[in-house]
Amino acid sequence: MSTLENGIRCSPAIHAPGERQITFGQAIREAIAEEMARDESVFVIGEDVAAAGSVFKVLVGLLDEFGPERVIDSPISEAGIAGIGVGAAITGMRPIVDIMFGDFTTLVMDQLVNQAAKTHYMSGGKLTVPMVLRTTLGASRRSAAQHSQSLHALFSHIPGLKVALPATPYDAKGLMKSAIRDENPVVIFEDKMLYQEQGPVPEEEYTLPLGQADVKRTGDDITIVATSSMVYVALEAVDKLASIGISAELIDPRTTTPLDADTLVRSARKTSRALVLDEGYRQYGVTGEIASVIADGAFYYLDAPVKRIGAMNVPVPFSPAMEDLTIPNADYVVETVKSLCG
Amino acid sequence: MSETNDTNPSLTDLDAEHWLQAYEQMVKIRTFEETANELYTSARMPGITHLYIGEEAIAVGICEALRQDDYITSTHRGHGHCLAKGAALDKMFAELLGKEAGYCRGKGGSMHIADQETGNLGANGIVGGSAGIATGAGMSIKLRGTDQVSVCFFGDGALGQGLLYESMNMAQLWKLPVIYVCENNQYGEYTHNSKAAAGSMVGRAAGFGVHAQAIDGQDIRTVHATARLVIDRARKGGGPAFLVCNTYRFRGHHVGDIDRPYRTREEEAEWAKRDPLTLLEDWLLKSKQAEENVLERIRQEVKTAVDDAVAFAEEASFPSESEVDNHVYA
Ligand SMILES: Cc1ncc(C[n+]2csc(CCOP(=O)(O)OP(=O)(O)O)c2C)c(N)n1
Ligand SMILES: [Mg+2]
Repeated sequence: MSTLENGIRCSPAIHAPGERQITFGQAIREAIAEEMARDESVFVIGEDVAAAGSVFKVLVGLLDEFGPERVIDSPISEAGIAGIGVGAAITGMRPIVDIMFGDFTTLVMDQLVNQAAKTHYMSGGKLTVPMVLRTTLGASRRSAAQHSQSLHALFSHIPGLKVALPATPYDAKGLMKSAIRDENPVVIFEDKMLYQEQGPVPEEEYTLPLGQADVKRTGDDITIVATSSMVYVALEAVDKLASIGISAELIDPRTTTPLDADTLVRSARKTSRALVLDEGYRQYGVTGEIASVIADGAFYYLDAPVKRIGAMNVPVPFSPAMEDLTIPNADYVVETVKSLCG
Repeated sequence: MSETNDTNPSLTDLDAEHWLQAYEQMVKIRTFEETANELYTSARMPGITHLYIGEEAIAVGICEALRQDDYITSTHRGHGHCLAKGAALDKMFAELLGKEAGYCRGKGGSMHIADQETGNLGANGIVGGSAGIATGAGMSIKLRGTDQVSVCFFGDGALGQGLLYESMNMAQLWKLPVIYVCENNQYGEYTHNSKAAAGSMVGRAAGFGVHAQAIDGQDIRTVHATARLVIDRARKGGGPAFLVCNTYRFRGHHVGDIDRPYRTREEEAEWAKRDPLTLLEDWLLKSKQAEENVLERIRQEVKTAVDDAVAFAEEASFPSESEVDNHVYA
């Protein structure tokens, strides 16, 4: 995996060379700690979030800093804690509900889809649900089919929810802070392979708007849209493509809902080719929506059909010999780009 | 943990004025529901609705023990809860008719009425769906350090939903001020609870250590006295309670369920003898707390208010088209 310092362009206004490096996990923790210090209504609830600091160790230290009243170890009751999040949010709190693995979000579907997402609308705008649901995505940990999925498409489908997919420590911190302050339910998917990844994060406070894509690399020949884990696969591909004379522009939408269609379309109009890359299952995945948005908005500028790459449409297998086949890799991206630019 | 009527006399010892207010609330719900049924049968109301007729003593008995800043969550059969917590007739009818003047600007309809001002966190179209929300409100009360209470109304059908048990477990673990009120009207849609709920109803909550009690849901004095005890206890940090209020829905599952082939007319006639309004009327008259003419005046006043509210709702305008994608996000 490419390291961030030589990989990713950060907004120059905020990122100066020599800035401190922290991990993706530290960035998440920092965002939560800062918001908890800033706003008493923020609290964290989830399985093993307090004493253990979460199974991924992302929340270590929060319990000491904020106490068991605000960092709450829950029973293994995903639907229950999501429901508690909704009820607490409606009545003035800003809960952060921690769902250990993205795969377990299936257990909170009703609370998110039928309750959180619809409460504001169904109440004619009177009630709001300012809650964050943090969870994970991503395969490659040899964890098999129930601990490896990237299910963000399920939630991206639902009006009333926002969905964020940070790829860098910088984005993770800025998006998390905005999610906590947002008046709507926001689901944040964190790639569990990224937690130890380092990247520049300024000391000064900042937030990033939900709904603003980030151009990670500029280029002229093709637009590669990549999310979360796939930003790194795309970066590797971009480097390989550069060595054979293909200049790719890499854009990370950072949130699927709301989607910054404008930035994507503008880039595709400029490069006249586009490839969309995401770790969710390819069938009916977010790649379909993004590709369609680009095809619609850039149709008269395109020299090739918009292509999309996702995880293979199979349950994620355990054996490394098979698991790796199901996840898009840089070589496959390079081959696909070559076929488009050929 | 069997059905009990033992109530604290000092708490039922309320003055006549209080009981007349409760009576008015019950009559209001009954009249509202009868009118909603008429609106349906005369094709003046879109969709269908679930009537609360026969169960009025529960919503009123509980809500009369609550403060305005206490919370409730409600169900698909929710008009009674909303009105008992203080909702206004005109905005209720306007919502049922899909009008902009309704509680939810016509976006919620009969099954989703919510009103922050009266602490109503919303009726819910998902059976058992609000167990988490009511418990979360309890968590919020605890974190904010207020002495509010949160009441979760649900039917016996919701006993089949796992969320309820996850929620009660956490409420007891953390001593949250949540009262779980199971309105056991014997049926979930067209299925008797003997075919849906194994074992003991109160035993389910008692297993978590939650204070659990089955009571006569037709007698408002029993409901109210019990409610005051468990609400007072929750307010003081004593933790959650679970009440199974035995009752009966006098009408079909919804307004279109007219034949009711899944139950007998004899069973219905038996329960009709225990109409919660009649029970309260009889007691008020026998104990000389009210004369028949006072009760009649209340019924007339409610009827007039309901007629006015319906007229308001029918005259109110539908939301403009621009409303459709408003309030998707805050
Ligand atoms: C999760 C869910 N499953 C099924 C339904 C369909 N449904 C609506 S009301 C109802 C019966 C509910 O029975 P109960 O909880 O006893 O309430 P009652 O109607 O008797 O007041 C059912 C099954 C639903 N709304 N939600
Ligand atoms: Mg029932």
